[in-house]
Amino acid sequence: MKKVDISIQNISKVEGHADLDVKVRDGKVHAVHIKFTDNKRFFTQAIRRQNIRVIPQSVARICGTCSIAHTMCAIEAIEKALDVEVTKQTALMKKLIVNGLMIRDHALHMYMFSLPDVFRKDSVLDFNDREKKFLYDAFAVKKAGNMLSTAIGGRAVHAPLPQIGGFSKVPDVKALKECTSQLKTAREKLLDVMDVFYNCRIDYTRKTNFVALSSEKEFDFLEGDICSTTGICIPEQHFFGHLVKTVLPYSQAVGYRFKGKTYMVGALARVNLNKERLHKETRQDARKYLKIFPSDNIFHNNLAQGIEIMHCIDDSLGVIESHDFRPEAPARIIPKDAEGIGVIEAPRGTLFYRLAIDRNGLIKEGNIVVPTQQNQVNMELDIKKLVQENLNRLGKEEIALEIEKLIRAYDPCISCATHFLKVNWV
Amino acid sequence: MPDKKLRIGWFSFTCCEDSTIVLTEMLNDHYEEWSKKIDFRHIRVLKKNNSMENLDVAFVEGAIASDKDAEELKKIRANCRKLVAIGSCAIVGMPAAQRNEFDAARKKEIEFLLKKFRQARKVRTLYEIVKVDDKVAGCPMFEKSFLEVLDKCFREFGVK
Repeated sequence: MKKVDISIQNISKVEGHADLDVKVRDGKVHAVHIKFTDNKRFFTQAIRRQNIRVIPQSVARICGTCSIAHTMCAIEAIEKALDVEVTKQTALMKKLIVNGLMIRDHALHMYMFSLPDVFRKDSVLDFNDREKKFLYDAFAVKKAGNMLSTAIGGRAVHAPLPQIGGFSKVPDVKALKECTSQLKTAREKLLDVMDVFYNCRIDYTRKTNFVALSSEKEFDFLEGDICSTTGICIPEQHFFGHLVKTVLPYSQAVGYRFKGKTYMVGALARVNLNKERLHKETRQDARKYLKIFPSDNIFHNNLAQGIEIMHCIDDSLGVIESHDFRPEAPARIIPKDAEGIGVIEAPRGTLFYRLAIDRNGLIKEGNIVVPTQQNQVNMELDIKKLVQENLNRLGKEEIALEIEKLIRAYDPCISCATHFLKVNWV
Repeated sequence: MPDKKLRIGWFSFTCCEDSTIVLTEMLNDHYEEWSKKIDFRHIRVLKKNNSMENLDVAFVEGAIASDKDAEELKKIRANCRKLVAIGSCAIVGMPAAQRNEFDAARKKEIEFLLKKFRQARKVRTLYEIVKVDDKVAGCPMFEKSFLEVLDKCFREFGVK
């Protein structure tokens, strides 16, 4: 094909809606534009002059699927601004609630959105009797994550219990026991789906940079420096200074480059950078799969998610079994004129909050950088390569399907909707 | 002859799609029952090949922030016998409609973006655009209320 315009509408849900335009001229891909068309809700404007105490709940509403990540990242930014020291128990609860989020969110993506691509089905609802086993496995794994987030945060979506300086309730012993049982059930299911992704031959390899939080002591979603596979590591408070905003005039979101280079964030980046620090039982049981990392194949993001689910289960079981949760006094919050940076790993990658606070405890202004924005430019380059390589090999419909699968592999904020791709061939 | 199934569509407009996530989590416990009683005709979170024609019930999440979305909502209304508003943004507009309450300075700040992306001046609830037959409140929707409304739909459309 020498000249073709590919227009894909309503890739929907990248936690909203997205379109894609690809322009091919003289047998070369000239432009790939992913347009996030979701209507802006102006959260960075809305949080101005809000009291810091309502911020964790307010920003949760940015995203239904990773609301806990927004809540926890905003809390971290405010705690850092106000020099709030949290107790060891609070630190463990933060870890557990984020583990619960990772388990539920990754399972939703890996089983329900991406697995149909491997089985060449439109939907999990079309799975045959043999494939249905994975649907029931998905329910068991998702439920484990859901139960863990609920036990710690009060709810898996827009969790009400995390606050600045602690949690407003200590987890119930009975609920934690039930979590333990469900986590163990979920762990038994995981190797089967990991094997499917390991044996899958879908390949979207392109050399790129991967960026994630990296901690010396453990595989950590909350602490560490921000490191790149290029070998650069910077403290999290300097992250924003190294980001170059790329205005994408066709999109309602902006893209980013890290130290001038495009990059990918998410499970694949984390496993590529930090696999040696995964929980020891995960390293043992997933050793066959871990051998393929570091990987430049974006489709391996699914396998990386499976590995992270196992890590989160092993890590959580260890914390629950070794800690006796007791009521404790909340940390004292004294507002002051200050600025704080929060950086955590959300399911889809590095999430950044910078919040400036006044002496009355009101937000003056802030910045929020989400993973899908950071992945956008990289995603466009991957699509460009994919289309270029397949122009003379596949028909338009087949190329469009491959593009969908690639986008889904990135798990753009609720990749769910990449299941709704209306293709208009011009 | 197979038993009648409830033909449903699940749609999202401007929101964080928290109720969609709650729905996918409810599948963990209700899939067995729902797979026998529900025909998921339109549910982008789970499939690509969707149809909104001849729906018994359309569940609609999110507020309406553009004329284009308002037209889409009217199309959904025309294709379903019953329309259920799901969650806070669909019912009261908030928090998706928080820009409606911005002060003059903030409204000025976002004006060029509203124009550039053809956003409506005001974010609206579903009630301001179409007839809404029922609702499930909550942010995200309350699971128990959703089950009650769904049971009501089963009875109303003769699904056993």
